[in-house]
Amino acid sequence: MREKVITLNRNLNGWLIPALLIPIWVLTYLNLQNVADYIIDDIFGMVSGKHLTETLRFFIFEVPKVMLLLVLIIFGVGILRTYFTPEKTRKILEGKSLFTGNILASLLGTITPFCSCSAIPLFLGFVEAGVPLGVTFSFLIAAPMINEVALILLVGLFGWEVAIIYILTGLSIAILSGWLIGKLGLEKYVAEWVYKIKANHESELDSKIYFSERINAGYESVKEIVGKIWIYIIIGIAVGAGAHGYVPEDFLGALLGKGNWYGVPLAILMGVPMYSNAAGIIPIVSVLIEKGVSLGTALAFMMSVIALSLPEIIILKKVLKWQLITVFVGIVAVGIVIVGFIFNYVM
Amino acid sequence: MEIKVLGTGCAKCKALEKATKEAVEKTGVNATITKVEDIIEIMQFGVMTTPVLVIDGKIVVKGKVPSVDELSKLLTK
Repeated sequence: MREKVITLNRNLNGWLIPALLIPIWVLTYLNLQNVADYIIDDIFGMVSGKHLTETLRFFIFEVPKVMLLLVLIIFGVGILRTYFTPEKTRKILEGKSLFTGNILASLLGTITPFCSCSAIPLFLGFVEAGVPLGVTFSFLIAAPMINEVALILLVGLFGWEVAIIYILTGLSIAILSGWLIGKLGLEKYVAEWVYKIKANHESELDSKIYFSERINAGYESVKEIVGKIWIYIIIGIAVGAGAHGYVPEDFLGALLGKGNWYGVPLAILMGVPMYSNAAGIIPIVSVLIEKGVSLGTALAFMMSVIALSLPEIIILKKVLKWQLITVFVGIVAVGIVIVGFIFNYVM
Repeated sequence: MEIKVLGTGCAKCKALEKATKEAVEKTGVNATITKVEDIIEIMQFGVMTTPVLVIDGKIVVKGKVPSVDELSKLLTK
């Protein structure tokens, strides 16, 4: 009986605080524009329409807006993620046929907790359990490219349409690239020692977890992720705000606009050596579009910065031979080029 | 008590090692801490997220860095 009461209390405590915070969140969010205008026009008494005024207004409005979205969504995703551990994902993917496996792996890649520092143990764990190489790659491509942070920033700064386009094309790239890598039969280009690993699958954590612990996981992921990326977001929005006020419209149109066929490949070439997460790059990309870069080129740039990065390639070099890395980078790059062209010319 | 911190050297792995040391000092338990950085050895534990904390052969934490207080509880359990 006592045990039951305690459990009930824990659940209530877990629910209560978020339930109280959500109305406050909504009120704050709905009034951000008014507050930003009040600060700029009334407190600072700045003249509307001037470069500096609009730059500051953009900054004072966007930073809290994106932060509020981040906190809410990361909290939700943090809770959701307690249901999707890498071990469960691996279990689902074991023995799946190639194409179905690629689709599942890409979808699971978006929701399974993933950090690039865990890329190697995750890769090894998948391969060791008999998840096909191509399916593993679908996961590894989707995981960094499509995540809650990217989604929030895309919705916040570009709107739903672009966010959905980004997710659908990102998923297609992950599914098809992984499928193709699987079809090419590149298993021999995985470092030999990888296949010698024998893992012990019995040492699992006890799986019973209270809902209050899931809520705690939500708080923890807010603390961890927001703690890590807030500075990138502020810098990204500051750069964005500066360009918003000062760089002339269509400044980049000549180089990276719709009319230039080489805009997309150029954007990808510029994107690979740049290493940033979604948090740092998306605010900057939002400005690129405003200054005349076409949507396809901007999407290609964003995807290549996030999905293809030198540090990740260096990490993967531990387990893959260079032939396989070349194929992987090549296929993903071609996929991104196609996405870029489709949006520049078809849409 | 035998404590192992598994991790290939990412920032979180170092944080877990540091927090574990603090927790051991704080609780005063008699423990040896070893850092396992070899990926092949790490994989023997069947984990896919690092860092991992292993106490007497049992995985107690994986993929995150608990606070020193939480670690102390795990150590004295």
